[in-house]
Amino acid sequence: MAEELVIDADGIHYTPLNKMIRGAAASGVKKVILKNVCGQRFIANGLKCDGIEIEIQGVPGGDLSMFMNGPEITVYGNADHAPGNTMDGGRLIIHGSTGDAVAHSMRGGEVYVRDDVGYRAGIHMKAYMEKKPVLVVGGQSRSFLGEYMAGGILVVLGLDKDCPVDGRGVGSGIHGGAIYLRNVSPEDVDAGIGAKVIVADEEDMEVIKPYILNFCRYFDADPEELMNSPFVKIIPSSARPFANKYCWE
Amino acid sequence: MSIGSVPVKFKVTIDNDRCMLCERCIENCSYGVFRREGQKIVPDSRKCTACHRCVAMCPRDAIDLEEKPNDYRSHPLWTREAREAIYNQAKSGKIILSGMGNALDYPIIFDRLVLDACQVTNPSIDPLREPMELRTYIGKKPERINIKKNNSGDYDLNTEIAPNLKLETPVMIGHMSYGAISLNAQKALAKAVSSVGTFMGTGEGGLHKDLYPYQSNMIVQVASGRFGVDINYLERGAAIEIKIGQGAKPGIGGHLPGEKVAEDVSKTRMIPLHSDAISPAPHHDIYSIEDLVQLVRSLKEATEWKKPVFVKIAAVHNVAAIAAGIARSSADAVVIDGFKGGTGAAPRVFRDHVGMPVEVAIATVDKILREQGIRNEVSVIASGGIRDSADVTKAVALGADAVYIGTAALIAMGCRVCGSCYRGLCPWGIATQRPELVSRLNPDEAAVNVANLINGWTLELAELMGAAGINSIESLRGNRDRLRGYMLDEGILDVLDVKMIGA
Ligand code: SF4
Ligand code: SF4
Repeated sequence: MAEELVIDADGIHYTPLNKMIRGAAASGVKKVILKNVCGQRFIANGLKCDGIEIEIQGVPGGDLSMFMNGPEITVYGNADHAPGNTMDGGRLIIHGSTGDAVAHSMRGGEVYVRDDVGYRAGIHMKAYMEKKPVLVVGGQSRSFLGEYMAGGILVVLGLDKDCPVDGRGVGSGIHGGAIYLRNVSPEDVDAGIGAKVIVADEEDMEVIKPYILNFCRYFDADPEELMNSPFVKIIPSSARPFANKYCWE
Repeated sequence: MSIGSVPVKFKVTIDNDRCMLCERCIENCSYGVFRREGQKIVPDSRKCTACHRCVAMCPRDAIDLEEKPNDYRSHPLWTREAREAIYNQAKSGKIILSGMGNALDYPIIFDRLVLDACQVTNPSIDPLREPMELRTYIGKKPERINIKKNNSGDYDLNTEIAPNLKLETPVMIGHMSYGAISLNAQKALAKAVSSVGTFMGTGEGGLHKDLYPYQSNMIVQVASGRFGVDINYLERGAAIEIKIGQGAKPGIGGHLPGEKVAEDVSKTRMIPLHSDAISPAPHHDIYSIEDLVQLVRSLKEATEWKKPVFVKIAAVHNVAAIAAGIARSSADAVVIDGFKGGTGAAPRVFRDHVGMPVEVAIATVDKILREQGIRNEVSVIASGGIRDSADVTKAVALGADAVYIGTAALIAMGCRVCGSCYRGLCPWGIATQRPELVSRLNPDEAAVNVANLINGWTLELAELMGAAGINSIESLRGNRDRLRGYMLDEGILDVLDVKMIGA
């Protein structure tokens, strides 16, 4: 089997398409190029294997790489609803914008979005042992960023925007992990219930540095400029946001 | 202090003539009711939850336990419960949490439906001598099948059959997660379902590795928090269930407090030690029936279309329309959980007041699916307050393919329905993660009890069917002619599509 496989996805339904990708992965193909992708959902859904690269030309549909563990996917185009949903490991690099719920419940791996994301990005993101999910967004996020976040790192850079988040409810119910926003002052963040906004310090910058550098490498941005910008950090105001709501019968 | 304390709910007394001071009551009571003072055991009744562990363990029958020994002035409207809830909230300003099922005195529809039996003509069937077909397949059924004669004169099936679960009895065990119940309790249930040829749900707590040997009898759950969900977990399950709602608390999510997320629970749920496991009601990638379709298909795609996918909803007012949407979503079964369903913890106001009885939900769902010609697209699984084989029989006659039991399975393991599960101190080792309490439940013995219960019900079901002249569960399903309403009004009978007694 060749090292590289090119599939023209034009008109192919997602199930046969995924079968081809799984088959390629099983036979040791190192790179799969999907041409003419147009709205096929669930690409690489549940795919587990390391060391395979998937290049997507076009616009993948919802739940791209859901439950995926291992592969690296690069999308040359926008992505629909919930790329990286409940992802376990691997990498997703999107040269464009995405719809809502990107990285929903993501437990491991990294997602980089060059432009904007929709509502509820990073919702329920969680960490476990060595797994620390990372979502980096170059442009802007809409409301409810990082709600119920339980672990991991979420960075929004707001490049070419007035504000990295256009909306409210940042980090409602957050009880783990941290959200980093560039070029915004703490009082301008509409933080949700249970979220606390502080100014990021040097230590924080060290934490996000490797991911910022990755972002710059993938999308050709200037690391110096980004690393020298001010960031705020949104963290849980308590580890138990709802502990005090209940009494017993 | 203006309110002061309320009277004790239960009164515990020790018969000192019988007591031999063995102190087993002290050891067994996780709520700390008993202490020894000199030559006497002294109970503190205020701490008692009526879990009955002491009564069960006392070798001398020396313990007496009474409910409500000290009452308020009686009043039909301002009951003890109503008053005490007000005192509680006047002091705390919080949401009152409660455990187990609905505690209000609603009429139970199952008890007002009576089953039929044959007499002289069309005689009954004797299940001892005649084969009774209780095997149940859960999943999509083809609208019609195509068969073709092949060269050897045999017939080939040319219709592709969707994956189905094969049950030897229409009784399954519903989803109670590791975290809500102990690992020993889950193991006991898993052993039981494997031995009787049925299935149980994992709940949304992941699948502990000790349960891997039973995975072919387990239905893995995906809820909004996606705890413990990864591709390996999905592949292990015999089926996958998306939990949207739960009968004891429709419209409410789950919340396992951080203090219950001990080492093993954290591993199984794949979340850090002692972090809260918050699982709100909405799935944040589902905001429409189309989004549900997307999740159903995503789960199928991830597991290469080899597993049935169920969708569980609470029985609410427009349940039939919702179920019809689910039937069209590519899902293989709809689970309807009625408002008498149990739970480890629910706000009392939800547990008692939201939703509707599962009897009505089954009947209306079955009816709308038939009317729309899509009854074959999904199986209907009913749960929420199924107490005995008569309830199972009636549920099937109203249109269910199978039932889930929860509380009944826990009772088979010793649960006394004390309703204090949310405190994590279950003295029976069921709803607790404390090692010293968990070890009280022997999974092998408890498995036998649960298997016995299901076997007993299955025998009774066969007898009830035989009496009604029915030898196959298929012929009982949706067979409302075998039911009559007794003391039910015309409106309910109409909704149930069941005739009045005598008719
Ligand atoms: S268990 Fe019974 S006999 Fe033993 S100390 Fe308690 S009350 Fe007495
Ligand atoms: S499981 Fe335990 S705590 Fe819950 S009701 Fe039963 S006996 Fe009580």
